[in-house]
Formats: sequence, C-alpha cells, structure tokens
Amino acid sequence: MAQKNYTGISVEVNEEGYFLDSTVWTKEMAVEIAKELELELTDLHFEVLNYLRTRFNAGEALTIRGVGKSGVIDIKGFYGLFPGAPMKKAAKIAGIPKPASCI
Amino acid sequence: MKKILILGAGTGGTIMANKLRKSLERTEWEITIIDFEKTHYYQPGFLFIPFGMYTKKDVIKPKMDFIPVGVNTVFAEIDSIAAEENSVKMKNGDIYKYDYLIIATGTRIVPEETPGMLGELWQKKIFDFYTIDGAIALADFFKTWKGGDLVLNIADMPIKCPVAPLEFVMFADAFFSERGMRDKVNIHYVTPMSGAFTKPRASKILGNLLEEKNINIIPDFYLERVDNENQKIVSYDEREVPFDCLITIPVHKGSEVISRSGLGDDMDFVPTDKFSLRSHKHENIFVIGDASNIPTSKAGSVVHFSADVLFENIHCAIENRPFTASFDGHSNCYIETGHGKGALIDFNYDTEPLPGHFPFPGIGPFGLLKETRMNHYGKLIFRWIYWHILLKGKEMPINSKMDLAGKKLA
Ligand SMILES: Cc1cc2nc3c(=O)[nH]c(=O)nc-3n(C[C@H](O)[C@H](O)[C@H](O)COP(=O)(O)OP(=O)(O)OC[C@H]3O[C@@H](n4cnc5c(N)ncnc54)[C@H](O)[C@@H]3O)c2cc1C
Repeated sequence: MAQKNYTGISVEVNEEGYFLDSTVWTKEMAVEIAKELELELTDLHFEVLNYLRTRFNAGEALTIRGVGKSGVIDIKGFYGLFPGAPMKKAAKIAGIPKPASCI
Repeated sequence: MKKILILGAGTGGTIMANKLRKSLERTEWEITIIDFEKTHYYQPGFLFIPFGMYTKKDVIKPKMDFIPVGVNTVFAEIDSIAAEENSVKMKNGDIYKYDYLIIATGTRIVPEETPGMLGELWQKKIFDFYTIDGAIALADFFKTWKGGDLVLNIADMPIKCPVAPLEFVMFADAFFSERGMRDKVNIHYVTPMSGAFTKPRASKILGNLLEEKNINIIPDFYLERVDNENQKIVSYDEREVPFDCLITIPVHKGSEVISRSGLGDDMDFVPTDKFSLRSHKHENIFVIGDASNIPTSKAGSVVHFSADVLFENIHCAIENRPFTASFDGHSNCYIETGHGKGALIDFNYDTEPLPGHFPFPGIGPFGLLKETRMNHYGKLIFRWIYWHILLKGKEMPINSKMDLAGKKLA
C-alpha cells in the first residue's frame, strides 16, 4: 500500500500506482495522473475513461479487444491515445484496478 | 425424472458426469452429456508433439472410455441454449430439456480474428500447437528446418494454459541445442504482457530463465496483423518482428454455442460468479472450465479443483440450500524447462505464485518456481493421472483449496 497526492487529496494506491478505491477519483485527478505518464488529456481520452469506468462499475472484464468493439474507439485509436500499453495506462488514469484479463 | 444436461465432454464435462452419476439416484435424475467429438484429446500433450516426444496416439482416447454407465451420451453438434425455456437446441433440430445445465464447452482458437494469419504461409511457415493438426504439421516442419528466426507470438490474453508458450520456447532451446543447430536459431518470445508471465514474481523468475537460455523477450506487443509477403508480424503501435517460422497462439474465444445463445461477453466467455461457479444471469446454469470468464488460468488443474466446488454447489441448488462451497481460483501448473527439468507454480485469485515446496511443506517432492528434475517427472506423471484419476472424478492427494504452508511469502 502507498499514498499518492492528487489535487491536494491523499489517495491510497497499490505498489504499481493503481487506485484502491475507484470512487475517490475525479476528472481533475485524471489530468494529474496523465501528466505523470506524460499525457495531455483530450475529450476523446475522457470518453474512453468514462467507458472504462462504466464497464468496471458494472463488474465487467476490461480487454483491449473489448474496447475495440465498444464503438467509442478502435484499437489503433486506443493505442494512439495511450501509447505503449493502452489498457494499463488508461486504467491507471481512470482510477480503476489494473485489468485482470492477463492471467 | 429430473434432468441434468452437460454441454461438452472435455475435461470439465467428463469429470462432472462421473461425480454426479455417483451421487445422484438413477431413479430420480437423468444425466445427459453432449459433444460433437468422439475423441478425447489430452491437450497438455500437444506441447510435446512438435518436438517428436509424443505422437498423436499418445494424446487420444475414445471419450466413451471415460463416461460412466448410466449417463446418456450424445455425439452431435450443439446449436444453442434457450435459457428462458430451459432447453438446448441441436444443429440437427433435436431439443433437450433440463432442470440444471452445466456449460463445459471450453475455448477455441480463432486465427481468423487476426488479418493475414490464415494467409499463404499458414501451415507452411506459420503454425499453432494448440490443435492436434497444428502440432503435427509443426513436427513435420521442424524435421527439416534449417534455422532462422523462430518467433513465438501470443496474439491476446486470455489463452489456455498461459505457461504452455513459455514451455514451448524452452523446449525449442533444448531441441535445437541437442541437434547441434542452436546457433542457427534465434528464439523470440513476443507477448502482449509486460513480461514472461502474468503474475509479477513468477514473471521475474521465469523471465530470468528465458534470458539464461538466450531467448529474446519482446513485451507489450499487441498483434494487429501478419504480413505474409515480408514475413513479419506487426503490432497496433506499428512495431514489426520478422520471422522465418512463426508459432502463433491465436486469439481465444468461447464456443460458438455461447455466442449463438447470447450468453457470453465480448469474447464469448460466460459471465460466471467466480466463487459459486453459477452463471450470473441464470439460477439453474453452472459453468466449469475454460468456458467461463472467472479470473484464473484456463487450465486442466483449475477445472479439476473447481469440480469439487461445483459438485458441492449443485447439490446445494438441488436441495434448495445456500451454497456451501466457494472456489479460490486455485491453479497448479508444471512448467517444462527443457533438458529433463521442470518448474512448478501454484496460485489462486489472491496469492501470486511463490517459491517453496509442494504439496508437503519443507519436503516437496516438488520445488515451486525452481528448475528440478522432479518437476519434469511431475509433468510426465500428470498424463497418467489425467486419464486414470482426474477425468474419472476420483479423489487426489492434493487439496482443492490452495495451501500457504511451505511457501516463502517474503
Ligand atoms: C497446448 C496446451 C497445453 C496445455 N497444458 C496444460 C497443462 O500443462 N496443465 C493444465 O492443467 N492444463 C493445460 N492445458 C489446458 C487444458 O487442456 C484445458 O484447460 C482443459 O482441457 C479445459 O477443459 P474444459 O472442460 O473447460 O474444455 P475442453 O476439455 O476443451 O472441452 C470442451 C468440449 O466442448 C466440446 N464442444 C465445444 N463446442 C461444442 C458444440 N458446439 N457442440 C458439441 N460439443 C462442443 C468440445 O468438442 C470439447 O470436447 C493445455 C492446453 C493446451 C492447448
């Protein structure tokens, strides 16, 4: 367990920096987490983040292929927004756990 | 008569048929199992075929040998499940009604999901070893191959037995060394994960093992397409890896039965309660094995451990009691590392694989997360256990629940 400070609020995160409680997340925090990953968030980024949070809150599994089929964005576009490791980066910025699809 | 219907007579369906036929009165319960294949494949054996260690006859037996007397067996293709009507429709139009349904239709590889995969090089320079035909074609190819870039690529997760690709590259290292041509073969392990395995500590230890064996890991590579003309694979972020021989672990999906029934997620896996193993949507549908979406490995050992839980909970459901068994996600995999040695990992939903001893604390005989000869024998003995004990649903001297004793936590 560790603590991180975003927008002046102390947040509990795991060793890899993922939020332990997704409900404390705000859009303003997302902007700061994105900065740590050297990303500037656009409206399209937020559309993706909202999609991920909605799916996560519904208890559904998150996968890159699933995002590609969501209608929000295709896989190429997802990589364009969150280069390198889009699911891991997007989940971190969205304040949700690292997706468990990789088991 | 009340009816239990089991879809799929693979590992999970066969185990459940055996367990339930023993416990349920024949005069009260009719049990039916359906599969379109008459042959039972010992899938873990597919790994050994490309290297000439097993042939087809070592991994097949008739399904009927494992289905107990008193179970109706139907060999035909399932079309779909009509969950609201408690019935299953077959391709030939037959209908089967049920009181309880067990879905055990497994997972399948879908190479056509990746553009170019089934192009002109398919089964010429591109092979899979997750099917019997793929494994045999690859064995033939390796007999005369002169060497070059051997690229193993995992297209996406989840896959069956996530350690099988690691074992494959370590076997390849040993195989080409023994033939005196290791210097002519460059082995690349190209994965969508950030390292060799899904769980951090095992990933580090297994990653070191690959490095020692001079196997090049290319992580975070998410496959977009195969370029047949230029013999390379291309990722969504435009990275390229050239190959002379591509071993693909294609995208996995659940059975087409699930998509036709509208019971699956994006990848046709059935949303299932990870503790009780009951379908999220339907009270009288249970799911075992690779067909479910529970967050643990898609492996025979998981099927075996979860069968105990499912068995108990089906009895609870039948007798109208709350569920008393809860699955912990226990998975236990022998990992072949080549040259007659192997490693072993043991983990569940909450605890990642740890070093130590198994199954008896401090004694073993199997060493966790380290290369030993004993672990290799464990894997070879597993085939005998699979045919003679596991499929028949008999007791094993291993607890279904994972044990922390004997493990190094720090
Ligand atoms: C190369 C390889 C190596 C492996 N190594 C290991 C290992 O070392 N250890 C380990 O524990 N596990 C290993 N596994 C995984 C293990 O084999 C599977 O996880 C296990 O067999 C899953 O059992 P199941 O009952 O869920 O599915 P299966 O055993 O695959 O059974 C599914 C059944 O459903 C039937 N079916 C599907 N659709 C239909 C339909 N429409 N109509 C009729 N029938 C249908 C199929 O014919 C099949 O018989 C390995 C797998 C592979 C491919």
